[in-house]
Amino acid sequence: MIRLNGEDSDVRAGETVAAVLARLDFALDARGVAVAVDGEVVPRAQWQSFALAEHARVEVLTAMQGG
Amino acid sequence: MSETRLATATANGATPDDAQTPNAAAPQALDELTIAGRTFRSRLLLGTGGFPSLAVLAEAIAASGAELVTVALRRVDPQSRGSLIDVLADAGVQLLPNTAGCHTARDAVLTAQLAREAFQTDWVKLEVIGDEDTLLPDAPELLRAAEQLVDEGFVVLPYTTDDPVLAKRLVDVGCAAVMPLGSPIGSGMGIRNPYNIALIREAVDVPLVLDAGIGTASDAALAMELGCDAVLAASAISRAQDPARMASAMRAGVLAGRLARGAGRIPRRLYATASTPDAGLPDFGAP
Repeated sequence: MIRLNGEDSDVRAGETVAAVLARLDFALDARGVAVAVDGEVVPRAQWQSFALAEHARVEVLTAMQGG
Repeated sequence: MSETRLATATANGATPDDAQTPNAAAPQALDELTIAGRTFRSRLLLGTGGFPSLAVLAEAIAASGAELVTVALRRVDPQSRGSLIDVLADAGVQLLPNTAGCHTARDAVLTAQLAREAFQTDWVKLEVIGDEDTLLPDAPELLRAAEQLVDEGFVVLPYTTDDPVLAKRLVDVGCAAVMPLGSPIGSGMGIRNPYNIALIREAVDVPLVLDAGIGTASDAALAMELGCDAVLAASAISRAQDPARMASAMRAGVLAGRLARGAGRIPRRLYATASTPDAGLPDFGAP
């Protein structure tokens, strides 16, 4: 089971970060998006190659209004 | 004393067009603000939190004249795919990502790294919160995060308490500016310890930005009069009944305060000092 933004997801181990972003309708050149896996930044250049391990915690973040 | 100075100035032929008072001819123009080598014509930074809609935010940005605007980083919400990034791009402003909501140096550093990925900027408004009720900064964690981010090449603008010693420590580790609070975030209580802000002005050479606590335009003017280089306002504008109008007011307040600081205010005195000379006073005799 892979955790996506704090919730259990149907993302499977072995899927790439790019595949997760595609599920969320984000293109690889989407502006204002960043990804962390298990508390580490996954740079954009690695989105297509970074495969998720079982129990990975994925955070997909974007710009929000804030002080 | 004041009469003497006035007489001297008149004798020297000083006029509003005098080269030493360039702003007198163009009172709407501010001298430029430089942070980390980048120059800004506006001395008002805008926080984007609390606006009722993106349309109102866009109006307020235009009215404020702000060129540096904060954004937060949060989980993608599949339900509301906003266009905040587009609004800010259309406004032509520079993004200043913040680390709002972070309680540890680790989280703040990671958030800054993610913001750099998301927005392609090394600039970060560093916030490390130590208490939920007051949202006051956690000084040791803040300093630790600042040091690490500077080492990683970030331009760090830390939100800090109004402690002159901490401000100096933040500059010592390489922060590009310091942003002391006037009072707690969103409180609208203004500047509760103006003496500390004045002390910080003396203690640091980097740009000084008053962050948090501003309630209305006179607070912004006071910050500038105390020697701040800029003011960051968010809730005071976004939660005002008419945000765009308050943005205009803040812009004018910052301008007034900056001009007044440069002009040099008169000292405060307990007793009156006559502004009209006694010389030449007629004697009307006893009634």
